[in-house]
Amino acid sequence: MASTGIESAERRFWRALWDRLRVPTWVSYALLAVTVAVNASLQPFFFTLYNIQSNLNTFVPLVAAAVGQTLVILGGGIDLSLGAIITLVDVVVVTLMEGSMERVPMALLAGLAVGGAAGLINGLLVAYVRLQPIVATFATSFVWSGLALWVMPRPGGAVPRAFYRGYRDVFLGVPVAAWIILGIILLWLIIKRHRITRYILAVGGDERAAYASGVPVTKAKVMSYLLGGLFAGLAGLGIVANTASGDPYVGGPITLQSITAVVIGGTRLSGGAGGAGGSIAGAMILSLIGNIVFFANVGSHYQELINGAIVVLALALAGIPALRRRSA
Amino acid sequence: MSEPAQALLETQGSRLGRRPLNPVLIAFIIAVLLFVVGELVSPGFAAYSQIINVLRVSSFLGIIAAGQTLVILSGGEGVDLSVGAIVTFGAIIASRVIDGQDSMVLWGLAQALAAGLALGAVNGVLIAYLKVPPLIMTLGMASVVKGLILVYTRGQPSGRAAPIMVRLVSQETIFGIPGILWIWLLLTIVLTLVLRQTTFGRSVYALGANRRTAYLSGIAVQRMVVAVYSLSGFLSALGGFFFLGYTESVFLNLGDRYVLPSVAAVVVGGTSLAGGAGGYVGTVVGSIVLTVLQSVLVTLRMEESGRQIVYGLVLLALLAAYGRQYRLRQ
Repeated sequence: MASTGIESAERRFWRALWDRLRVPTWVSYALLAVTVAVNASLQPFFFTLYNIQSNLNTFVPLVAAAVGQTLVILGGGIDLSLGAIITLVDVVVVTLMEGSMERVPMALLAGLAVGGAAGLINGLLVAYVRLQPIVATFATSFVWSGLALWVMPRPGGAVPRAFYRGYRDVFLGVPVAAWIILGIILLWLIIKRHRITRYILAVGGDERAAYASGVPVTKAKVMSYLLGGLFAGLAGLGIVANTASGDPYVGGPITLQSITAVVIGGTRLSGGAGGAGGSIAGAMILSLIGNIVFFANVGSHYQELINGAIVVLALALAGIPALRRRSA
Repeated sequence: MSEPAQALLETQGSRLGRRPLNPVLIAFIIAVLLFVVGELVSPGFAAYSQIINVLRVSSFLGIIAAGQTLVILSGGEGVDLSVGAIVTFGAIIASRVIDGQDSMVLWGLAQALAAGLALGAVNGVLIAYLKVPPLIMTLGMASVVKGLILVYTRGQPSGRAAPIMVRLVSQETIFGIPGILWIWLLLTIVLTLVLRQTTFGRSVYALGANRRTAYLSGIAVQRMVVAVYSLSGFLSALGGFFFLGYTESVFLNLGDRYVLPSVAAVVVGGTSLAGGAGGYVGTVVGSIVLTVLQSVLVTLRMEESGRQIVYGLVLLALLAAYGRQYRLRQ
C-alpha cells in the first residue's frame, strides 16, 4: 500500500469522513439487532420472559467489565488485569458472605472496594511510576490472581439463597438483571457528563496536547483505571449473583472479551474516541454470538473455533476503513 | 519554546540520559543473585548439573520468546499473545504425526512449522493490512487456534514424542550439556547476526523506531510486518516441537504457560516495548531469570498463589527499574 507524507485535499476530505465513520456506534447497534434476529430464528423460545431473563443474567458481568475497559481504553490505556480483578472480587465476596444474608451488604461493599483498590493501584503504576499499561496491568494480573488463589484455593463457598434468587427475580415486570444493565447505562451517562471524562478523552487523544492545555493528565489516568476497577468490581458481583459460588479462575476469559466488546462497540483502541454505549452493545453481541453457535447445532468441537473466527472476522471488518486510509 | 517542542526535547534527553546501566547486564546479575539465593535456601541449587537443568528448562521459553522479541522490536504496539496456542498446536501436530517413530520426526517437524508459519502469517496480514491492533488480533488468534486444536484432536490429543527427540532434550553431550542447549546457542548466534548484520534485521529495528521514516527509506513496511509475525508463529511451533521432547506426550493447554512469560522475558531482557531498541541476547538472559525465579520459588515450597504474587511483584520491580516512560514536564 502506498503512503505519502503529503495528502491531496480530496484525500484529506475522504480521510476526515472515514475518521468520523470509525466503526460507527450505529454499526454496533445494527449488529446487535442482527444477532438478536438470528438468535430468535434459531431459538424458538427466544422471546419468552424466562429465556430473556436467563440471557440477561449471563450478560451482566461482561457488560460491566466492558464499560470499565472502555473507560481505561478511552484514556489511552488498557487493563489486562480486568479479568483477574473480577476473579479476586468474586472470591472475596463469596468468602465474606459465609452464606448469611445479613453479611451480604457488607460483602458487596467490600467487593466494590477491592475492585476500586486494584484499579487504583493499576492507575498509580501507570500514571505515577509511568509503566507501560500493557505490561504493568499484565504484571498486576499475576498479583490479583495470586491473591484470589490465596483467598480461595479451590472453587466453592456459600452464597445465600435469597441473594441469588433475588438476582433472578422480576421487578415491576422487568427482570432484575435488566434493571442492573439499565443502572449501568445510567451510571455511564452520568460519568460521561462529568468533567473527568472530558479529561480522560483528552489524555487518550493526545497526551502532550492535553498536558499543554492544562488537563490534569496523571489524575485523569488514575481516575480511568480507578473507574475501570470499580466496574470490574460490579462485574465480579454479577458473577457471584449469577454463579452463586466462588471460583479462583472465573474471570480469565473476560479480559479478552471486554477488549473485543470495546472494539466492536466502536471505541478506538488507541484511546481518545468512543464511548461505553457501543461497548455495552458489543458485550451483548459477543454473548449472543456464543448463543448462536451453541444453538446452530454444529459439532461441539467446532464451537470454540467458530466463536473465535467470528470475533476475528468482526475485528477485521472493523479494520476495513484502514485499507482506504493507506497510512504506513 | 513551545510546550510540545520542549516535551519532545525532554523525551530525547531522558532517553539518552536514562540508561546508565546495560539492562542485559542487570538481568544477568539478577540471574546470578537468584542462583545464590537458591543455593543459600537449599544447598546444591547452584551445582553444575542443576544449573544445566535450569538452562535446559529455560531453552523452551527462550526459543518461544525469540519470535516475541522480533515482534516487539518491530514496534507499532506489536506483541504476539497467540504464541501459547501455537506452541500447543505445534506440539500436538508433531506428536500425532511422529507417534513415537524416529523416522517420522522430520515430517512431523515440517508439518508443525508449516502450521505455525501459516498462522503467524494470518496474524501479520490482518495486522499489517487491516490495521487490527496486534494485541487484540493475536488474542483473537489464540482462541481460533484453540478451536483448531479441538477440531484437529476432537478433544483427545494422540501420539507421543520419538526417542530421538527425548534424547536431544535430555541426553548429555560434551560438558554434560544436552543437545537442546547447543541448538539454543546456535539460534542465539544466528538471530543476533541476522538482527545486527542483515538488511532484514536492520529493517526490523527501523520499523520499531519509526514506521513512517522506515517507509520513506524504502522499506516495504507491511510485508516486513507479515514476515515478523510469520517468524513468530514459526518459532513458537519450533518451541512446541522441542517442548514435546521434554514432556513426551501432549495436553490441550501445554503452551498456555508461555504466553505471558514470553513477553516478560523480552521486557526483562531490556527490549523496549515501544520497539526499535533491544536484542535477542537480552531475551535469552530474561528467559533464564524468569526460569530461575520460578525454580527458587518452588524450592522455597511456596504455594501457587504465593508464586504468582511474587512473580508479578518481581516483574513490576524490573519494569520500574528500567521500563519507565518519560515524564511530561520540564
